[in-house]
Amino acid sequence: MLNYIIRRVLLAIPTVIGVCLVTFLLFNVFASPEAVARRQLGKNPTLAQVKTWVTVHGMDKPMFFNLNPGKDGRLHPFDSRFWNQMAELLLFRFPKSDYLHEKVSDLLKQKIGPSLTITIPAFLLSILITLPIALISAYYRGTYLDRFALLICVVLMSIVILNYIIFGQYLLAVVFKYFPIYGYEFGLGAWKFVLLPVILAVAAGLGGGVRFYRTVMLNEVRADYVRTAMAKGVSEERILFKHVLKNAMIPILTVTVLSIPFLITGSLLLEIYFGIPGMGNLMINAINNADYPVIRTLVYIYSLLYIGGSILTDISYTLVDPRVAFE
Amino acid sequence: MNKERTLAESHLKIAVKRIKKDRLAVAGFCVICLFALIAILDSVPLPRRDVGGVKWTRTVLDSLFQKEVEKSYSPPLATSGVLNRKEFQLRSRHLLGTNNLGEDVLYNALKGVRTAFIIGIVPSVIAAFFAIIFGLLAGYYGGWIDDTIQYIYQVLSSIPGILLLIAMLMVMERGLWQLCVALGITSWVGLCRLIRGETLKVKNMEYVEAARALGANDLRLLFRHILPNVMYLIIIEMTLDFSSLVMSETVLTYINVGVEPGTGSWGQMIMTADRELPNGIWWNLTAASVFLFLLVLAFNLFADALRDALDPRLREA
Repeated sequence: MLNYIIRRVLLAIPTVIGVCLVTFLLFNVFASPEAVARRQLGKNPTLAQVKTWVTVHGMDKPMFFNLNPGKDGRLHPFDSRFWNQMAELLLFRFPKSDYLHEKVSDLLKQKIGPSLTITIPAFLLSILITLPIALISAYYRGTYLDRFALLICVVLMSIVILNYIIFGQYLLAVVFKYFPIYGYEFGLGAWKFVLLPVILAVAAGLGGGVRFYRTVMLNEVRADYVRTAMAKGVSEERILFKHVLKNAMIPILTVTVLSIPFLITGSLLLEIYFGIPGMGNLMINAINNADYPVIRTLVYIYSLLYIGGSILTDISYTLVDPRVAFE
Repeated sequence: MNKERTLAESHLKIAVKRIKKDRLAVAGFCVICLFALIAILDSVPLPRRDVGGVKWTRTVLDSLFQKEVEKSYSPPLATSGVLNRKEFQLRSRHLLGTNNLGEDVLYNALKGVRTAFIIGIVPSVIAAFFAIIFGLLAGYYGGWIDDTIQYIYQVLSSIPGILLLIAMLMVMERGLWQLCVALGITSWVGLCRLIRGETLKVKNMEYVEAARALGANDLRLLFRHILPNVMYLIIIEMTLDFSSLVMSETVLTYINVGVEPGTGSWGQMIMTADRELPNGIWWNLTAASVFLFLLVLAFNLFADALRDALDPRLREA
């Protein structure tokens, strides 16, 4: 078991380095430093402005190896863009934001809390709601009830998340005034600002979630152990809610990790609409102000989270299904 | 050879028959055709017209639906609108009203159809290209080629798609085609994995062995014998992806990394209209949302039926 975990973590290291490489290539090779500077300095910057920007950001250094002697007359071959940026990311010495002039790591510390107050409740609530509906739909599979539920799911899936948010906010907060329209409060007072975004996030994910879990259940229903249990005379309810649900845990765990990117998009738009000062807020500011260091760091950190999440998922597979570790 | 073709035809016929049984899928297909017709009408240019020295390129759709620009908002089918508390007479009636710039909302929504089709199809084609090349190579040759390709997609799939998209779109200039390229590059991994797996299975089948024994080279084996047998995966994936691609356009446009203002798209319409709702101006937002919803729903219904009809794994059940 421990062996498996160690191997799994070691295997992730090349992937992390690969992610660093991709971000480096994106922001250094595909766009020239001058172009980046111009984008950030706004309309018609002078040549001198561009030059200072490039020097301040260390973008005038050679790409991979610095073969020019430094100020002290000695050679610093690793004082190049590539090695500096790799060190920034791998050693967690995150750069400063170009727009907010704060360290990205400090910004993250401020912003992660409000984001989590939406994404975690939304995530748990959506599992609590979608899983039972999927089970019921799978139990009544093939009936009109099941077909109707599936059709509703497809309809719900066809509505873009923007519409859930715009119409939801308008109806529930503006017209009926059940919730505050906009704003956030740190601490326990956050709940009333968070409630509506959480409800909308759950609603937006409902259709896709129910359909996915139903498919997972139905794939399991065809397995041999279900037939055996049937032959033994176990009731259908017991088979479905006990045997099948347990075996469906692996795909469900997978989707838990796979939904991390969705949590980002979801919270990104929700935070813009409801004025929540979280990661989405940070991201949208970075986009609008061409704040490349922030985006670069966010790409890296979210990828780390994703990789970490998939390691955890793989480990939890071994808890659910001991055969996995031996494969 | 002849026999092979009749078999393939009957295969297709079975799929068509299965889809025809599903009334919702047929309805979806009709809606898709209608939208496709609009997109085609918007792609066929008419001879250029000279208006005061400026050359105009107009499409068939423009000549059918373009209306005079009014001063400002007006509700659907109204005869007058209000600007700065003063009433003004409209030049013509507008079925779905006009937006803040006085443009006809129906015309704008129709212009969005072509953009939606481009966004729904071009990235899929780009993604399919990468997925086919890399998937076939990885599955067929194995060894270090497989390892390298697997490493590339391992890395790409570790970066949450939305962030990679944002990063790419920030580096590139903004525009419809840049958006297509970025969406294509971020979405080939899933299909590549599927094709690789299927190639692994198919390459050891007897008919491939037979072709090899007859002296077919690798290229011929890959593209004449293996590719047609994984083609169903590509078709399924492309139809399934259409809806999510079209929806992602609106989201990306909303966060300022999508298409530019001026490109007729539903994302642009929703973006300009979303703050108008509390002022009672609902027609602009609703028109864009309903068009988007109808197209996406139609594609979802059709894609599901198509997958059920084409996927042999589902057919056994």
